[in-house]
Amino acid sequence: MTPEIVAWLAQDGITNGAIYALLALALLLVFTVTRVIFVPQGEFIAYAALSLALMESGRVPGTIYILLAGGALAAAMEVASAVRQHALARLPRILALYVVLPAAVAGAVWWAVPRNLAQWAQVLLVLAMVVPLGPIMYRVAYQPLASASVLVLFIVSMAVHYVMMGLSLVFFGGEGLRSRPFSDGQFQLGVLNVSAQSLWVVAASLVLIAALWFLFERSIYGKALRATAVNRVGARLVGIPANLMGQLSFLLAAFIGAVSGILISPITTLYYDTGFIIGLKGFVGAILGGMVSYPLAALGALTVGLLESFASFWASAYKESIVFTLIIPVLVWLSLRSRHVEEEEQE
Amino acid sequence: MSATLEVRELSVCYGKVEALHRASLRVPEGSIVTVIGPNGAGKTTMLGALMGLLPYTGHAEYAGADLADASVEARVARGLCLVPERRELFGELTVEDNLLLGAFQRHTRGDRTVGADTEAVYQRFPRLQERRRQLAGTLSGGERQMLALGRALMAKPRLLLLDEPSLGLAPRFVREIFHIIADLHQTGVSILLVEQNARAALQVADHGYVIETGEIVLEGTARELAANPRVVESYLGGGASA
Repeated sequence: MTPEIVAWLAQDGITNGAIYALLALALLLVFTVTRVIFVPQGEFIAYAALSLALMESGRVPGTIYILLAGGALAAAMEVASAVRQHALARLPRILALYVVLPAAVAGAVWWAVPRNLAQWAQVLLVLAMVVPLGPIMYRVAYQPLASASVLVLFIVSMAVHYVMMGLSLVFFGGEGLRSRPFSDGQFQLGVLNVSAQSLWVVAASLVLIAALWFLFERSIYGKALRATAVNRVGARLVGIPANLMGQLSFLLAAFIGAVSGILISPITTLYYDTGFIIGLKGFVGAILGGMVSYPLAALGALTVGLLESFASFWASAYKESIVFTLIIPVLVWLSLRSRHVEEEEQE
Repeated sequence: MSATLEVRELSVCYGKVEALHRASLRVPEGSIVTVIGPNGAGKTTMLGALMGLLPYTGHAEYAGADLADASVEARVARGLCLVPERRELFGELTVEDNLLLGAFQRHTRGDRTVGADTEAVYQRFPRLQERRRQLAGTLSGGERQMLALGRALMAKPRLLLLDEPSLGLAPRFVREIFHIIADLHQTGVSILLVEQNARAALQVADHGYVIETGEIVLEGTARELAANPRVVESYLGGGASA
């Protein structure tokens, strides 16, 4: 192995690792706030990437139907609960959020597709289509069961994942798609030929991570999310609405998933089910970080990216197995450690 | 005098076990009412039900409106705040952020006076100001109680439910906490105080109830209760001190 190959593999690993790090942060956020293991994270990657590719080829992505139907379902549930609680004053807000907004987005996409807008405008439309699916998913699938056990919520996650993947196959078809790169440039970095798209990926990940940090440290909603994560009862007692925090964490996770999908779709050909395996690697990263700390999760995800890249050089047939095998020693170590923590809490 | 809180025949069950049986009580506007009784009598259960953490049967009316359908958030928005026995602080956030989040609903309603209230809390608890950048999890027991009280005050409560504020505190802190409770009363906040430390509770309260095995067995003005032979024997003799 020559130094050039090491550098090349490292570049590849860091690009993928940056995406895994974003996904790991989103998974950790959702888990600590809502106790949901967010299996459908990968679907947001696929939905965003495939929607963008379809729009670029001049077709209307089926995502808008999913958005309209999901919004209608969430609206129906909200209206039912408003009627039960005699809170009819909430109706206009419910309709605006779950019916008018999705309809407006769908209309904008219809209008935009034949006009072949600039790429940044298409990216914004894709975000507007995919990101609202996060809060809608929380409202429809998770909120009614918000106080259930982690295991029950995990089973819900698996179900949601299969439903979303099935819809993905229906609306996007089985063929792989790729979108245009943001810029075609190549940079010479020492011996390395770095594509502009990899730089986009790394830069966008860093900006997003910084933005998340800023949100958690500086804004009251970010602090409320952290408060809900550290003490659910305390958060209720100061009047932080658990449902709003759940929707907010899903909104952020959907945004991160969608951005990840948009970033990688020019580099990788994505299929309707590719998102899952990418999301799973983010999950491995979060587990390597112990599912508690954001910096450790990001570091864990970067490790996954690098390991995957080097594994694909030495033993490409086993690349996935090597990455997922990494979980076993970590889980053994964590389970030894967490029993100790429980004992401490019981005192 | 109009009542801030009017509770009639409140019962709470954990499965088949009834932890609170048809309890009725009243907190008049601007007064301190205490509920005393031994461990496990149902005091914490009652506060949990009033705060919306536990389902109950019976009737509870706060500020003239039925509480039955109100969520915990809605109760906080209406000025009903619980300082729980376990404090339930945000251990991994700073003292300052804990206080800030106490005013979460006021922030989201666009209230701009939150900063001034933080200063007021620091004036009341200078110790918290010294530790404002410290994580709440690193505070001592007394400081944690102060922070829990301060965090509840940030919501601008009309009725404070205090669950065992003196529990586990050194006598010096117990005096300080009861001093603060008496002081809060001056600002017009009504207080429902649940305590095992009956002597200290009856000293600050206007009115009191005695609860035993889930039922209210005695009630009267704080002075009457303090003189009642049964109360003296069970709750004021020997053990309790402040």
